[in-house]
This record gives sequence, structure tokens and C-alpha cells, in this order.
Amino acid sequence: MCYGQTMESAENQAAPTPQAQTNGEADLIAALRDGDDVAYETMVRDNIGRMMAVSKRILRSSDDAADAVQDAFLQAFRKIDTFQGNAKLSTWLHQIVVNASLMKLRKARRRNERNIEDLLPSWADDGHAVAPGPTWTRTADDILATEEDRQLVRNLIDELPDDYRTVLLLRDIEQLDTAETAEALGIKPGAVKTRLHRARQALKTLLEPHMAPESDGPRDPWL
Amino acid sequence: MMTCKEICDFIAAFLDEDLPDAQREIFEKHMSMCPPCKDYIEGYRRTIECEKGACEKENEQVCKEVPEALVEAILKARKQ
Repeated sequence: MCYGQTMESAENQAAPTPQAQTNGEADLIAALRDGDDVAYETMVRDNIGRMMAVSKRILRSSDDAADAVQDAFLQAFRKIDTFQGNAKLSTWLHQIVVNASLMKLRKARRRNERNIEDLLPSWADDGHAVAPGPTWTRTADDILATEEDRQLVRNLIDELPDDYRTVLLLRDIEQLDTAETAEALGIKPGAVKTRLHRARQALKTLLEPHMAPESDGPRDPWL
Repeated sequence: MMTCKEICDFIAAFLDEDLPDAQREIFEKHMSMCPPCKDYIEGYRRTIECEKGACEKENEQVCKEVPEALVEAILKARKQ
């Protein structure tokens, strides 16, 4: 895409400046470092959708996500000279928006959260589960087939306590690795692994009534 | 012999194929003899599939939207 054609139709466009006539990410970055307005607009338009998606998932609010995304872009504008270019621009922006969103989440007043322990399996002294759940009769494809059910899953993710929900989002959804997640959250890699496992277990508990709807309750698995 | 509780602690590593061979064999042997654990692991696996699928679908939709007012606000803020 030619950066000079972002805002104006081709016939009304003034002759683009050399900085604006660019193709490829390296040229975009060079134009950004030169302060080229069209390049900045291109960077925003190319990335804002994805950044809003990430931020909304973390903050659970479109308004808060818009604030975080704005903060992220302003940080990016200020720090463009520090961008090494050894990763994709979108990856760099992703990191910035994740951090901006987590910072906003930390500042927000903590809502009344569920206790994660209430959603984890209980164990008897002999190491067996106290209440094994039912066999799930619905597959993931069954649940993902309708928007109503997909929204249900997203709502259940939102019910998780933030310390566990953020790890689940960063690892499973945003595909950050353990080290990246640990750095983003300011916790140790071991804590990331523990919280991720617990978050998944808790989500499984929340999903269970919807994945085994015909069940009358825990079954005897040995029958 | 691992207990069900111990098995549960290694589910993530098992699904990521990160268990050493000896541990994986113990894990698989336990699953073959323990229907509740087999069910639990399958449920855990489906949970991951559901969360990824549900969020991916939403991302596909949100990523396409370009909030014009926000774009303008960001570009304006840059000038300040």
C-alpha cells in the first residue's frame, strides 16, 4: 500500500513526498523515524484493530481499551527511535499495548473476584478426586458453532480472577511464551505455569455444566 | 504409581508433549487404568480448544473494525 494514499483519493492527492512513497515495513519504519505524518497514520490504521482486540480482552471494556490503545500508540510514537527493527512492527506494538492494558488493569479498582480455590478440583487423602465430573458429551466444535456459545465461553473467561485470567489470555490467546508472560506480569516463570494450569482448571469447572448438559451430576466413573 | 492428584499436576506438560519419556509412559498407563483421569484430561484439552476458538473468532471480527473517531483522536494527540 502506498502511504500517500491513505486519506485522499488518488485524483486529489498532491504529489507525495519521497518519505510517503514507501513500500515495505523497513521503509515505513524509516518514514516513521523521519516523522512522516502519512506513515504514522498508516501505522495506526494497520494495527489498531488487532490492538483493540487484545486490549478489550484484557480490560473487558471497549472504553478502557480505547484509552489503553491510545496510550500505546502515543508511547510508540515517542519510542520509535528505540525500535530495533529486529522484530515485526506489529509484534512491537502488540507488546506495548499488552503492557499498557495490564497497567490500566492494575490501576483499576479490583472487582469482587471469585476465589480460584473454589473452582479447582478437590482431592482426598489417597490422591483421588473427591467429586469426579461427568464425561463431557459436547465437543469444542459444538460449543464454537454458535456466537451465543462462543460469547458464553468468553464470559466465563471474564469470570476468572484477574491474576489467573491475564496469564490465560497472554499464554493461550496471545501466544506469548512463559518468559514473555512472566516479564509482562512481573512474576516468575514458575508462577506463570502454576497460574496457567489453575486458570485452565477453573475455566474447565465453569464450562462443565455446558459441556455435559444431560448429566444429572457427578457420575460413578467406575460403572 | 502416580496418584490422580499427581497426574493432574502434569496435564499441561503432557498435552504440550513436554514430559520425559519415562514420565509420559507412567502418565499414559495411569490414564489407561483410570477413567476419571482420562475424562478430566479430555475435558482440560477441550477447555483449551474452546477458549482459543472463542477468542479467535472474536478477534477476527474486532480486527476488521477501524474506529475512525479513535484513529483521529490518536493522530491529533500526536500533534500535541
